[in-house]
Amino acid sequence: MAGKTLYDKVWDAHVVDEQEDGTVLLYIDRHLVHEVTSPQAFEGLTIAGRKPWRTNSMLAVADHNVPTTSRAEGIEDPVSRLQVETLDANCKTFGVTEFDMNDHRQGIVHVIGPEQGATLPGMTVVCGDSHTSTHGAFGALAFGIGTSEVEHVMATQTLLNKKTNSMLVSVDGEVGPGVTAKDIVLAIIGEIGTSGGNGHTIEFGGEAIRALSMEGRMTVCNMSIEAGARAGMVAVDDTTINYIKGRPFAPTADQWEAASTAWRTLVSDDDAEFDKVVRLDATKIEPQVSWGTSPEMVTSVGNRVPNPDAITDSAKADGVRRALEYMDLAPDTLMTDINLDRVFIGSCTNSRIEDLRAAAAVIKDRKVADSLKQALVVPGSGLVKRQAEEEGLDKVFIEAGFEWREPGCSMCLAMNADRLEPGERCASTSNRNFEGRQGAGGRTHLVSPAMAAAAAIAGHFVDVRSFS
Amino acid sequence: MKAFTQMKALAAPLYRSNIDTDAIIPKQFLKSIKRSGFGVNLFDAWRYLDEGFPGQDANTRQPNPDFVLNQDRYQGVQVLISGENFGCGSSREHAVWALDDYGFRSVIAPGFADIFHNNSFKSGLLPIELPSDVCEKLAADCVATEGYTLDIDLRARTVSTPEGDVYEFEVDQFRRDCLLNGLDDIGLTLQKRNRIEDYESTRRQFAPWLFNAQ
Ligand code: SF4
Repeated sequence: MAGKTLYDKVWDAHVVDEQEDGTVLLYIDRHLVHEVTSPQAFEGLTIAGRKPWRTNSMLAVADHNVPTTSRAEGIEDPVSRLQVETLDANCKTFGVTEFDMNDHRQGIVHVIGPEQGATLPGMTVVCGDSHTSTHGAFGALAFGIGTSEVEHVMATQTLLNKKTNSMLVSVDGEVGPGVTAKDIVLAIIGEIGTSGGNGHTIEFGGEAIRALSMEGRMTVCNMSIEAGARAGMVAVDDTTINYIKGRPFAPTADQWEAASTAWRTLVSDDDAEFDKVVRLDATKIEPQVSWGTSPEMVTSVGNRVPNPDAITDSAKADGVRRALEYMDLAPDTLMTDINLDRVFIGSCTNSRIEDLRAAAAVIKDRKVADSLKQALVVPGSGLVKRQAEEEGLDKVFIEAGFEWREPGCSMCLAMNADRLEPGERCASTSNRNFEGRQGAGGRTHLVSPAMAAAAAIAGHFVDVRSFS
Repeated sequence: MKAFTQMKALAAPLYRSNIDTDAIIPKQFLKSIKRSGFGVNLFDAWRYLDEGFPGQDANTRQPNPDFVLNQDRYQGVQVLISGENFGCGSSREHAVWALDDYGFRSVIAPGFADIFHNNSFKSGLLPIELPSDVCEKLAADCVATEGYTLDIDLRARTVSTPEGDVYEFEVDQFRRDCLLNGLDDIGLTLQKRNRIEDYESTRRQFAPWLFNAQ
């Protein structure tokens, strides 16, 4: 019999019950909660007279609606304010741990979970948010759920779920200098497409993934959902275990040995078989820039925007045509000729300390281009912000002309006041370039933090490797 | 949950790939703490020429006359025919609530994003997967024939066209039962309370760190 994949191992350990048609009652270890997708679930509990099954599995934070300017005045938009206040009230009523807007640990839910050690290897982690896949970087099975499922997990500590197929994405060899985790994952999505992972849980492996820090692995797993996968995972190794040690929610001294020994088994067996295997040559990956309205519409910075007339598949050509029209780009434009209005460094994809260091290294002693309306840095959490300030990164950004903000989702989806105006073009380190994602009529290009920083200085895209 | 058994209903085509949840219901409407009222903002950016924001009076909006659902012939539509990877993007169940609130009971597409697919069943919206050439044909026939209706039978797992073509589709046994009977998942799961408690106490023994309180 073939060995088990990492996915098999975590899945099997959480099966409470299995029905004939393969529907499984899956136990959930960690439930992360934010303000946008939880109010109707809490309301459902209340109406049914139910209580959360295990409140200490839950950790809540407000991140989508919070202002990134000073918090002292509260939230100006009354609708946003009500949503955040509703979360505060629900957490209080039901006894759920919450980092409220003024807590120094507040931040984007997918940044604070790992940062607090609330995400641990081998866990099942869910949240009413598609980028829950981020937490798979720890060898956890982590995926996004809808609000009805949020309520189901609250009430029963389980989910009804069916096992997906498994897929190995192996990134073999070493990436060149200036090529980051973001470029790796954009290249993967460019290769397999936004539905390439549908019906699968992806394990990311290969030397290039093993060489990544936890921050980098989180960036890669974060975007598994953009490839359509249920979840993305990376096997546990020393990098994982060293990251967790000493974090507030991590196992304490007397449990540490047993826990870390158990975690080391969270790797796919050598003879495990995957339903699908995709291999990428890391040495061929170059810094990536998206040009369209779907994350698969991406290319290397040295390339050109595609020409729909040269595409034989007519449906695909139509899709490209529609995207270019929305993005206001002429076919065959050089990526480096695309001028920008704004630059956004932040989001659960790229707002961790390593991302800020990478961006700061590029902009040190330089100035943001005059042609830019705004360049924004939004740290992923209060603790990331504090760490960056201790390292003096805030000064580097501010001196270059960036705005240094409070943590939150911010311009990743523009639910708070940070947004693009219609027609504006933005280099963004976030994960989605959908129409209107960063503001109605706004145009988003996805890039790594280093590429975003270089673009901010130049006013247009440049290859960060030759940027001097 | 609303039950779904069989229905014959008007269909509308929106045949493109990768219709994402941001397009189905833009984020500014996710600020609501309610489950209802999302229908007026379904496909907001495509459906209206002016920018949408929460709390607007829908009667003062400018509908986009070119958008398919704004055409007279599609009033009262209940079935949407779409392209590959429908519902990709965020986990927002608001996308399903918006479709449901607008009046849709079913979406037919060659493929659905995983979370959207899950969410649909929770609100009694039936996602039907049919091969892309079939979806393309249904969409084309729908454009060609005013008043094009489809007969959807969940018990038989079939979609029948006015010309008498019958297409079978797959759906999980468990999900089909829940939908046919309008059953509430949570109630069903809580019938297994003892099994969950047993699982928990075993696991607590072997992996106590998973249960640490903060
Ligand atoms: S940063 Fe963006 S993608 Fe991440 S949770 Fe917030 S809104 Fe979602």
